[in-house]
Amino acid sequence: MREALEGSLAIARAVSMAKPDVVAAYPITPQTHIVENISKLVAEGDLHTEFVSVESEFSAASVVLGAAAAGARAYTASASQGILLMSEVMFNISGLRVPLVMTIANRAVGGPLNIWNDQSDTMAVRDAGWIQLHCISNQEAVDTTLQAFRIAQETDLPVAVNMDGFVLTHTMEVIDMPTQAEVDAFLPPFEFAGQLDPANPRSMGTLVDPNFFPEVRHSHHAAMGKALAKIEEIDAAFAKVFGRESGGLLTVEGDKKARVGILAMGSVVGTMLAGYEDFKDEVGPARIIKLRSFRPFPAKALRKAVKGLDKLVVIDRAISPGMGGVLGTEVSAVLSTMDKAPKVYNYALGLGGRDIPENMYRDLLKLVEDKKAPRFAVLDADLEKLAPEDR
Amino acid sequence: MIEYRIHGRGGQGSVAAAYLLAAAAFEAGFTCQAFPAFGAERRGAPVMAFVRIDDKPITLRSQVRNPDFMIVQDDTLLLDPNLTAGLRPGGAMLVNSRRPAEDFAKRFDTRVVAFPATDLAVEVIGKPIPNTALLAAFLALTETVPQEALAAALRGRFHGAVLDKNLVLIETAAKAVEQGAWKELADA
Repeated sequence: MREALEGSLAIARAVSMAKPDVVAAYPITPQTHIVENISKLVAEGDLHTEFVSVESEFSAASVVLGAAAAGARAYTASASQGILLMSEVMFNISGLRVPLVMTIANRAVGGPLNIWNDQSDTMAVRDAGWIQLHCISNQEAVDTTLQAFRIAQETDLPVAVNMDGFVLTHTMEVIDMPTQAEVDAFLPPFEFAGQLDPANPRSMGTLVDPNFFPEVRHSHHAAMGKALAKIEEIDAAFAKVFGRESGGLLTVEGDKKARVGILAMGSVVGTMLAGYEDFKDEVGPARIIKLRSFRPFPAKALRKAVKGLDKLVVIDRAISPGMGGVLGTEVSAVLSTMDKAPKVYNYALGLGGRDIPENMYRDLLKLVEDKKAPRFAVLDADLEKLAPEDR
Repeated sequence: MIEYRIHGRGGQGSVAAAYLLAAAAFEAGFTCQAFPAFGAERRGAPVMAFVRIDDKPITLRSQVRNPDFMIVQDDTLLLDPNLTAGLRPGGAMLVNSRRPAEDFAKRFDTRVVAFPATDLAVEVIGKPIPNTALLAAFLALTETVPQEALAAALRGRFHGAVLDKNLVLIETAAKAVEQGAWKELADA
């Protein structure tokens, strides 16, 4: 049923409909409303789950790791420094191939302290071995959350659902909320073949010496590769029940015949789509590529999506100081094996919550017309604010 | 698409006002989007919230830079001459104030309606929270969304005595301004 809901409340209700056995979380802005709403659902008797209030994100991640290992459907949520505090456990969760779901309410990482939205947190755990999906709207966040529970248990991999902090979590908009019957038809009960079982004792998390460590890593990498098809398959299965998709691995929108492309992840894609409608007559059309799956990275699908482009603008909502944009660097690497690859222009935008206006679409298209356009820049940084030696 | 910017001070319910306006628009069959500009989260600090209302899906996520309408919950915020920056020509501003609208209209060169929403709120609900009174007045001026949709949005958010008092408040506040005075602006 269509409702006007705040993103965080919608996510809490989606998680509730997935019937998690265990939820453990520590509040952090801008994730707080999600966890608050889940605890309210528990307190009011609408959700029967073991809600564990922990003293840190390290514990939150540890609790869901243990719970899922014991065969429970487990969920947590965090952001920013909370993700960093979890990071050690995140590597353990994925390395032990434990399926569970986490929402990341994307926020900048300090210092300096900043509570606003960018995607530095999820990029800091890029190599933690989790599936990382990005959402452009609260509808996609709700739908992807439900899909994530199924992806996790069909791949034995943890799934992080990224939604931009504030921009999505604190936005009220129209969301078609699933019914419990629809969710039950889509999402089977939790099953984890590797679960700990006293009747059939085994160890999890033992020391793995050099004789076996590369094999463990290889199999993890291979599982990520196989997850590509699963993500698409489960999005299609979702569409069968709910009549809408979330965009598989990536989708191509805007003008598919355009020679210039814009690739991005998260809510900024929506702003680019609005900019396309309003500025395409002024500066020309663009092919807009919405990347949903960052891990596993859909290299093959991306090469197909950029075919025929002369130029590709990659918007990064994070920066790797000393290198540039994380997403831009990866896109360049993937396109390096392609004949007639488009020239990549990588711009970090909206760091620490800097507003990305609709006319950014126009500004980007105008900028890359210039032969001297930089290949990387923190594009919306106002250098006048800096001392000359810091520019 | 109509874009709105709500200015207030922490504690006045500016974010709640944005959510209520969006929810009312949804009740009336529109698509909507409402979100706050989070800054210093403390009582008295200037707060902004944004609303977009359209009859098709809204994908734009940027802050509202060029509002068609502004609602100002505290007239001391208008001491900042840049408060109305970006307000569209032909737009209008509803101000919670005991002062006459002319005081603001001259300074800001825009259409202004002013009425003492805090006084009305104190009188009816016993608390100096002007947000629902301002929304009702705003809907009366623009006729963009029927008052009944606002009442429905309130029922979705409040219960008991708080709801009952607010329902009385919005009915009173809607009569405090000229019905349909900004209808042409909203339709344009």
